[in-house]
Amino acid sequence: MALLEIRNVSRRFGDFLAVDNVSLEVGAGEFFTLVGPSGCGKTTLLRMIAGFDQPDTGQIVLEGKNLEGTPPEARNVHTVFQSYALFPHMTVEQNIAFPLRMAKTADDQIKPRVAEALEDVRLADKGKRYPHELSGGQRQRVALARALVNRPKLLLLDEPLAALDAKLKEQMQLELIELQREVGVTFIYVTHDQGEALALSHRIAVMNHGIIEQLDEPSKVYGFPKNRFVADFIGTCNLWEGTVTSAGERDFVLDLDGIGTARAIPNTTTKAMPQPGQRGCLTLRPEKLRIAADLAPLPEENSAAGKVHDFLYLGDVTIYIVNLDQGARIEAMLPNAASGRTRFFEVGDPVKIAWRVDAGHFIDG
Amino acid sequence: MANQPAAGLRARMARWPVTAPPTLYLVLFFLVPTLIMVLASIQYPGEFGGLSPILIEDQGHTRLDITLENYQRAVSETIYLQLFLKSLWYAIVTTVLCLVLAYPLSMMIARSNKKYRDLLLLLVILPFWSNFLIRIYAWMIILGPQAALAKGVNAALGAVGMEPVSLLFSPFAVIVGLVYVHLPFMILPLYANLEKHDPTLLDAAQDLGANAWQRFWKVTFPLSLPGVYAGAALVFIPALGAFAVPDLLGGTDAIMIGNVIKEQFREARDWPFGAALSFVLMAVALLAALAAAWAGKRYQQQAD
Repeated sequence: MALLEIRNVSRRFGDFLAVDNVSLEVGAGEFFTLVGPSGCGKTTLLRMIAGFDQPDTGQIVLEGKNLEGTPPEARNVHTVFQSYALFPHMTVEQNIAFPLRMAKTADDQIKPRVAEALEDVRLADKGKRYPHELSGGQRQRVALARALVNRPKLLLLDEPLAALDAKLKEQMQLELIELQREVGVTFIYVTHDQGEALALSHRIAVMNHGIIEQLDEPSKVYGFPKNRFVADFIGTCNLWEGTVTSAGERDFVLDLDGIGTARAIPNTTTKAMPQPGQRGCLTLRPEKLRIAADLAPLPEENSAAGKVHDFLYLGDVTIYIVNLDQGARIEAMLPNAASGRTRFFEVGDPVKIAWRVDAGHFIDG
Repeated sequence: MANQPAAGLRARMARWPVTAPPTLYLVLFFLVPTLIMVLASIQYPGEFGGLSPILIEDQGHTRLDITLENYQRAVSETIYLQLFLKSLWYAIVTTVLCLVLAYPLSMMIARSNKKYRDLLLLLVILPFWSNFLIRIYAWMIILGPQAALAKGVNAALGAVGMEPVSLLFSPFAVIVGLVYVHLPFMILPLYANLEKHDPTLLDAAQDLGANAWQRFWKVTFPLSLPGVYAGAALVFIPALGAFAVPDLLGGTDAIMIGNVIKEQFREARDWPFGAALSFVLMAVALLAALAAAWAGKRYQQQAD
């Protein structure tokens, strides 16, 4: 049985349908992420799980118990807020002891458990400080320790890393993964940062306009986005429009606009073999493309030729914008550590690109 | 580096036009009168009011003609001690009542829709737009024996076999008047504090298991303490020295120390004694503030 079940939940604010008939299940011990642009309904869904908002229809079930009518203070669910919401008039220790006191934990229990929680987030020496005396990352850790100290069934995290700078963010991501593994509490993480979602989660639900566009493991969501929205929202993606010319057993042939003929595989989620004449697009991540001055495509590869239009040198990788001879403009990414790499391509250089038939998949419509 | 002191001096000079006028104002109209009163409190009264000269010719040379008698009288005569204690009591009751009345109101305003907050605050300070005395006279009518309130109360008392009472000219009337006059001074600092509270803190407290009562006592109230202290000081200090309200609403058995001080300067023409009483009152107010600060610290330590 899933730890948390969301069954056909909808929430409307006036004319705005924030959450539209969403159903999902989260298993015990899972790191589950809701990702999407602002206004996609992810925060509303989180607030309903916490109990700050009520679904208009549908149910939220935790460990088989319908949470309807249970106020936030009575739910075995804690939240880490984006602003951390540490109590400014309490020391770090008092902040962390707060949920224990509310739960009427015995006095002699509180001290060791607070100490342990501080240990967990590596702030053992900061217990007597006040929140305003801490750095952003430290406040973040106090918020985590406070929310985890009485071992909730579920921890909700509302964009907890949004206020941190890039370097600290990466470090905190690693800490979060470790902490989650250590304490074994189920995390539901809300973010608009797709990179964060990919890095942290066991599973990701990509939300848009109140619905879940795709729910899968990070590698599936990234490698095989179910539709144009997911392809576009998660990372950078080439979306090549084209018409199906003939269908085969495992793959089929497409005539891609401005690129040429290519073999492709059907949508890995729906697995429906497209029919000749059908239009749609092929999704291809820039790093799945091979780019070279000259190359002979392997049997399971498609290829095309063009000229470098422009490039972005990013240090670890270089992104090339290539104008294909047939007219399309595509994006390819080349790691700068690629073996045998002797020189960069310059603007105007003729190049060839190639990609495996199963490097991306076909999205119909 | 060399020109830095000059730059600092220039910066200080540049601040002068801004800081000099208020400083001058305070020195002229606050510090100087206070010093005059300090001197007055150790002088003898003049023959026809005012003060007798501070320097007198005595057996050929000039000497200071000062005394501590005024202070001795102020602190030793029982009647004044009683008045100090009574005034202290009235001021404390007024402060507590103001706090109890103002807190929910300030909270309501601070949490109301932003659109209406200014209007509600305006309503709080609206009474200031009419004259203070007129408002107190209005209370004389409201509490007067002919008004429905007194008649109703006395009818109710009569029904249970008790003697009728006079609402006006009683300690009750004084407290009502003091609370009424000072309530906005409690509401405004409280509102200014409560309005700045981050509502997410209450969400966090609730999320971590606090019910409405606990959210108030563990989060809202301790965070509002600076507002409580500011409001309490703004109410307590003027209430302690009040004389117009007890004058008009208090009658003979509800006069406060402020009335006596006023009397020394006017009817009794004993400025030195009035000044000495003023400073004793100031000392009482300071002691009360220190006691409150100490109690506040204790409260916070206990909350730990």
